[in-house]
Amino acid sequence: MTSQASPPIASAPGRSGLGAPAIFLAVLALGIVAPFLGLYPILLMKLLCFALFACAFNLLIGFVGLLSFGHAMFFGSAAYATGHAMKVWGLSPELGVIFGVLVAAALGVLVGLLAIRRQGIYFAMITMALAQMFYFFALQAPFTGGEDGLQGVQRGSLFGVLSLASDMTLYYVILAVVALSWLLIARIVHSPFGQILKAIRENEARTISLGYDADRFKLVAFILSAALAGLAGSLKVLVLGFATLTDVHWATSGSVILMSLIGGIGTLTGPVVGAFIITGLENVLADRVGSWVTVILGAIFVASVLLFRKGLVGTLREHVFRGRARTA
Amino acid sequence: MRKGLMASAALAALIAGPAYAQQFSGDAVKIGVLTDLSGVYADFGGQGAVEAAKMAVEDFGGKVAGKPIEVISADHQNKPDVAASKAREWYDTQGVDLITESLNSSVALAVSKVATEKKRVQMVTGAATSRLSNEDCGPYTVHYVYDTYALAQGTGAATVKAGGDSWFFLTADYAFGHSLEKDTGDVVRNAGGKVLGAVRHPLSATDFSSFLLQAQSSGAKVVGLANAGQDTVNSIKAAYDFGLTPKQQLAGLLTLVTDVHSLGIQQAQGLYTTEAWYWDQTDETRAFSKRYFERVKKMPNSNQAGVYSAVTSYLKAVQAANTDEQDAVMKQLKSMTINDMFTKNGKIRQDGLHVHDMYLFQVKAPADSKYAWDYYKQIAQVPGNQAFQPLEQSRCPLVKKS
Amino acid sequence: MEIFGRPLPALASQVMLGLVNGSFYAMLSLGLAVIFGTLNIVNFAHGAFYMVGAFGAFFALSSLGINYWVALILVPLVVGFIGVLVERGLLRWLHGLDPLYGLLLTFGLSLILEGLLRDVYGSSGRSYPRPPELNGVWNLGFMVLPISRAWVIGVSLVVCFATWFVIERTKLGAYLRAATENPALTQAFGVNVPLLVTLTFGFGVALAGLGGVLAAAAVQITPLMGSNIIIVVFAVVVIGGMGSILGAIVTGLGLGIVEGLTRVYYPEASATVVFVIMAIVLLVRPAGLFGRA
Repeated sequence: MTSQASPPIASAPGRSGLGAPAIFLAVLALGIVAPFLGLYPILLMKLLCFALFACAFNLLIGFVGLLSFGHAMFFGSAAYATGHAMKVWGLSPELGVIFGVLVAAALGVLVGLLAIRRQGIYFAMITMALAQMFYFFALQAPFTGGEDGLQGVQRGSLFGVLSLASDMTLYYVILAVVALSWLLIARIVHSPFGQILKAIRENEARTISLGYDADRFKLVAFILSAALAGLAGSLKVLVLGFATLTDVHWATSGSVILMSLIGGIGTLTGPVVGAFIITGLENVLADRVGSWVTVILGAIFVASVLLFRKGLVGTLREHVFRGRARTA
Repeated sequence: MRKGLMASAALAALIAGPAYAQQFSGDAVKIGVLTDLSGVYADFGGQGAVEAAKMAVEDFGGKVAGKPIEVISADHQNKPDVAASKAREWYDTQGVDLITESLNSSVALAVSKVATEKKRVQMVTGAATSRLSNEDCGPYTVHYVYDTYALAQGTGAATVKAGGDSWFFLTADYAFGHSLEKDTGDVVRNAGGKVLGAVRHPLSATDFSSFLLQAQSSGAKVVGLANAGQDTVNSIKAAYDFGLTPKQQLAGLLTLVTDVHSLGIQQAQGLYTTEAWYWDQTDETRAFSKRYFERVKKMPNSNQAGVYSAVTSYLKAVQAANTDEQDAVMKQLKSMTINDMFTKNGKIRQDGLHVHDMYLFQVKAPADSKYAWDYYKQIAQVPGNQAFQPLEQSRCPLVKKS
Repeated sequence: MEIFGRPLPALASQVMLGLVNGSFYAMLSLGLAVIFGTLNIVNFAHGAFYMVGAFGAFFALSSLGINYWVALILVPLVVGFIGVLVERGLLRWLHGLDPLYGLLLTFGLSLILEGLLRDVYGSSGRSYPRPPELNGVWNLGFMVLPISRAWVIGVSLVVCFATWFVIERTKLGAYLRAATENPALTQAFGVNVPLLVTLTFGFGVALAGLGGVLAAAAVQITPLMGSNIIIVVFAVVVIGGMGSILGAIVTGLGLGIVEGLTRVYYPEASATVVFVIMAIVLLVRPAGLFGRA
């Protein structure tokens, strides 16, 4: 059991949410003009998908205090589900994406029920083990294509009318979906439900004594997080046209943790920033340094945990609000 | 869909009308070598393939129809998603005209989809799945060196003829292994043999013991290794470990001379292998191999020689068509006869398959090996039209049935 | 002779291979439990140290000419020393923080180690030339037992039970257990607790390194072998519970055997059977088989 003596992993400093709307609008504005600046739309869409994935993950660790080491299974299961629905059943993209999200949510229910039974370290290990089990399942199941992956998913037409074949069109659709999802997460965090989650994170025993069924709240948060991660995976399939084992591999789980960590666990905009940085780094470095990408990511991990626990956005906020008393 | 100045220029060029036949996209010919630089197939292709491509460009003179040629490379780590993303990025933003090598089979299939979508040329050397010229063929995809059908026809038939009529397969669990298992199984059954079973192992498996135990308990006369590269080397080592041989015979269904080198001739002796090319066949091949050896410090295998020949053929086609526009180049490739140090009478068919002679080799006994890399003795030469699947049987939608 | 439809030699051989895997599970989960007990840190890098041990043996042989038998002693000591440096240099700073930070830091460390070795040796790794004494097989009648595998099982069993004995039955072990229960009080009695903790971490990591050297003689060594095994070891630890040393050993060995049996009767499930058992244990006994909730 987690010792309540040490502060839980994600006590965010200052008043949460302040500054977030400004950052959100700035990033959105940048997002709207980005393709015209000559940036490669496929890369931009990847950034957006991973930003959403990181935000979904951060919902769980930042606001509930649960470190899931297996979030790739939700990302990947939705990717496979959407790919299969669109390629084999011929569903249009919006139905395919909804199906993917539902599959991820269902998986979230199953995994959540098992994992919520333990906390802290055990929760992390259990999610990792279950994700690995899902990886092997994906490896062997015929419909996933195993090592070959699910290839050749056509983008189709949104609602049957808007063709997504053009990178530009798809880009704005994804920008809209990711922006709305971010707003949804912000809404959840600031709602009464979100307050209870934060209470559970700070002191679960006291919250239970106040009459709240902590396990049920945690499970709902887990399912929400899984569903949103699934949405990210489904969108990714639209962009790249394939779902492969990389999507369900533990390295993907690890990289989304890193994104949240360096962006700022427990902040709303941190994961977005972190996702942009890490995905951007991976893309730029992969050609030049090969295996050293892993070493660099690992070094950033170590450095962040030792020196930079609040992440970029968290540290920035602390400096901006320096002097304000922080309630324990 | 295409972004960037280069693409816009190409688009404008296309609209410009008849003059487009003289245009080169990006005013250069860019060739991308997409391979496994550090993993289970690094010896199979890897840096050697990149060098082979560079050698082809140098031998061609560094320029084609007055335009400079550039060679770039990337490591796909045997992940089809990395490969497909890289191929897409190359075609979209780097103006790559030709992607070559693209081992392994999963990668080749994934890149083929991108090549078809982006309408750029892909010449596959390192992948073997026969799907590339059947169900998954593409108008811009050429399958250059070998495919699982030819491998099965060569090694499979020869082994059955030598008495191996009951088989158990150890299969790499992805497109290549599945294709090879199926094609070889067909050959065995057609020759009157039996397939007793199969076990699938993950690509780049570390421990083959449990799989080989299953092969051992099947009692089959032949254990067919439907895998390649380091996997084949490790399977054979483990087979010796557990005393599989000589009671059961091993058939390395895709074994290259570099694998024999890794394994050592002591453990590899007696193995049958079907290859498209061997460094010690003619003076021409020996001359090429000597130059290659100076750069890479290993002898070239048929895949790396295939890259050299594929790039050379592509450049010849570009030269003849006087453009790097994909339809013109493909038309040229499918009408010319491939005549170089790789093969004397190769022809690229409608389905993209490069049909040429294949050879059945057997690994020499240590006593018969007289100098370094003297590993093979030639058993038979199989003419192209016998080695490869007849065009009438092709399941490729591009082949018009008369 | 057949058991449930499978010939005895095949069954016995797969169980033997399962026992080999189980030995590694036992050694690694033992080290993990010891480290968790004293430092309250789940060492994700444990698998990476195992892998470093294997490559260490390879490097020792190929570049320094050190043979396997010397490497068996030397390499774990070196790996243990690296562990000591890690504990002093990195993990010290996480004292008193949420243990999840320890998990994250060691995860990052495992990425560094894996990436470095992948850069040097390539992702398909190397084959360690086995010492000739370990080649060959013993014909036991009902099965053929490769000597290399028997060696791995033998050494692991000896080391595991020796460790258990030291921790549970000797004075040194008593100091360690006391330091785990109540560091302040133990320190007040004059025991140098920080030193003990550091050495314990080093010892746990050295165990992983020893596992790696043993593995080198049996399987292909690749940079990915660490991460592949650590996830299974996590499942083993959840099943066994972090409470008891003996529990970790017994669970590790037992699960290895279960994996081997699954490979005979239901091969497709062999990769996932450990996780399935973990799921069942979580439903029925969340604290683990030997754990104290």
